[in-house]
Amino acid sequence: MSPAITHVQLAANEASEHRGLIITLFALFVVATLGITVWAGRQTKDAADFYAGGRQFSAFQNGLAVSGDYMSAASFLGIAGAIALFGYDGFLYSIGFLVAWLVALLLVAEPLRNSGRYTMGDVLAYRMRQRPVRTAAGTSTIVVSIFYLLAQMAGAGVLVSLLLGITSDAGKILIVALVGILMIVYVSIGGMKGTTWVQMVKAVLLIGGTLLITFLVLLKFNFNISDLLGEAAENSGKGAAFLEPGLQYGATGTSKLDFISLGIALVLGTAGLPHILIRFYTVPNAKAARKSVNWAIGIIGGFYLMTIALGFGAAALISQDEIIASNPSGNTAAPLLALHLGGVDSAWGAILLATISAVAFATILAVVAGLTLASSSSFAHDIYANVIRKGKATEKEEMRAARWATVFIGVVSIALGALARDLNVAGLVALAFAVAASANLPTILYSLFWKRFTTQGALWSIYGGLIVAVGLVLFSPVVSGDPKAMFPDVDFAWFPLKNPGIISIPFGFLMGWLGTVLSKEEPDAKKYAELEVRSLTGTGAH
Amino acid sequence: MAAEAPPPSTEQHKLPTPEEFTEVQESAEFGELRRSYRSFAFPLTVAFIAWYLLYVLLSNYAGDFMGNKLFGNINVAFVFGVLQFVTTFLIAWWYSRHAAAKLDPKAEAIKTRMEGGA
Repeated sequence: MSPAITHVQLAANEASEHRGLIITLFALFVVATLGITVWAGRQTKDAADFYAGGRQFSAFQNGLAVSGDYMSAASFLGIAGAIALFGYDGFLYSIGFLVAWLVALLLVAEPLRNSGRYTMGDVLAYRMRQRPVRTAAGTSTIVVSIFYLLAQMAGAGVLVSLLLGITSDAGKILIVALVGILMIVYVSIGGMKGTTWVQMVKAVLLIGGTLLITFLVLLKFNFNISDLLGEAAENSGKGAAFLEPGLQYGATGTSKLDFISLGIALVLGTAGLPHILIRFYTVPNAKAARKSVNWAIGIIGGFYLMTIALGFGAAALISQDEIIASNPSGNTAAPLLALHLGGVDSAWGAILLATISAVAFATILAVVAGLTLASSSSFAHDIYANVIRKGKATEKEEMRAARWATVFIGVVSIALGALARDLNVAGLVALAFAVAASANLPTILYSLFWKRFTTQGALWSIYGGLIVAVGLVLFSPVVSGDPKAMFPDVDFAWFPLKNPGIISIPFGFLMGWLGTVLSKEEPDAKKYAELEVRSLTGTGAH
Repeated sequence: MAAEAPPPSTEQHKLPTPEEFTEVQESAEFGELRRSYRSFAFPLTVAFIAWYLLYVLLSNYAGDFMGNKLFGNINVAFVFGVLQFVTTFLIAWWYSRHAAAKLDPKAEAIKTRMEGGA
């Protein structure tokens, strides 16, 4: 055990020696993005600018920004770590996260762009009674975004302890607070325009960094993937089993069910994520929304293919003990890999580590900004303007509400982030996917495609999916009764699965159907005619 | 209908009346657009989700089969995983081609007529 520990200490020392470099690179990113934010802020004049970036981004720009919003700390740190520790089972995340885009492409992106204006609630409430449905949509938007925010904040905490050599709780909380303050500034000043540019810059940096590491890994193995896999299997100490499914989830019938549950949540979650959905409003029309999804599928697909090199590369070049000692969930495998590729004792190693760490920080910062924008938009547009003010708020008042909501959500996520700093990153994001797939996706699909769907159906589906998904998480081994749980010392877990999707997603769909067939009100046929014609043709969209 | 700056939560552009929307929704032309979209997108969605679930279930319950080595250290599971990527790219391309050829012209025609003829 001791060599592993010294290695980790070495990594930490190496990192702290070159802390200046890491901080300089990160500061460069912050200064550049703040510049963009101020510039974008000057151009943000009305609500369409603030919420939708003026709808003038090109399909490629938005595709890049969508990728930036989507490839979070979970993708970069979490998947690399999961593959490095569990081999093939970690790869499920990559596949599910990508295939999920087809749901968005085929069923959601274009109709949403055609019939909504600023938020997911616009489409959900289109033909329903506005106030209750918008309240529900706003609530689930904020809950999903906060789950997602937790994961990013946990990632930030994990990174700093490795990279900056900060191990004290106060230091970690300080970093989380810094991330929170930056995101408040990005969103409240730059709005969607500023946030979109930040996503684009980040996406380019992340792809660049990942390409570099992938290239270096493949170079070590003479571009022979079979050799890379073989070495990973051998070095992991698990042999051929490392390359086969089952290492993480194959142990028992329950863990196999958990694998299915996770798989379903991943594939159905994306098209219900509010921060992704609002990106489709930033382009001029549905055709551009379709093209931006295609760009995103290309970029994200390429990135997830490279996670093979990152994860198996880490398994091949670093010992399992060292990866686990650095972070029990494997979250630091990718930066450790960068260090090893450059050489543990060399300046190159330190420079690579610094670069990859700065990229990871940028990733977290940008995704956090996107999530905050989604939740503050939904608060201001759905809840403040349409529920509290009953549609009588002026654009100025609505934007002011959005800015205040940003500050509020920023402060809440700093507080939660400080609590969640030691949790598993990819697993937490999978929970956000499960909640989105249970509460949002059924209502989106029913609203767009089912003529009979009623307000009661929408409410039962959103609240039913939301409550069951969050409730099952609360009583799962993620929260208690497991050494890796949020509260490892108590045990009130009676739900055996870590991901609730297999129960909560069908439940969300069932409640939407049940609420509809049991409701006494007649669906508004005229409003459905309007929604259907608009969603398929783009009539009246602007 | 020609209002320029109504309150923020209503439409700012000239929009057809509810009667016009209902009329278009019931028209043969729109029915054709809807059929052309749904008959493509719905079965394809069912197909790719089934294909993805097949992969998940095989990973779970057919470990021996997935572990068969095909060449070098590349096993069936790895090939299956990469195939999911390939089919995702292909379906995205295929749908976009269908939409550009079959859906966009019809949608554009209806939109132009509704917005222009109000």
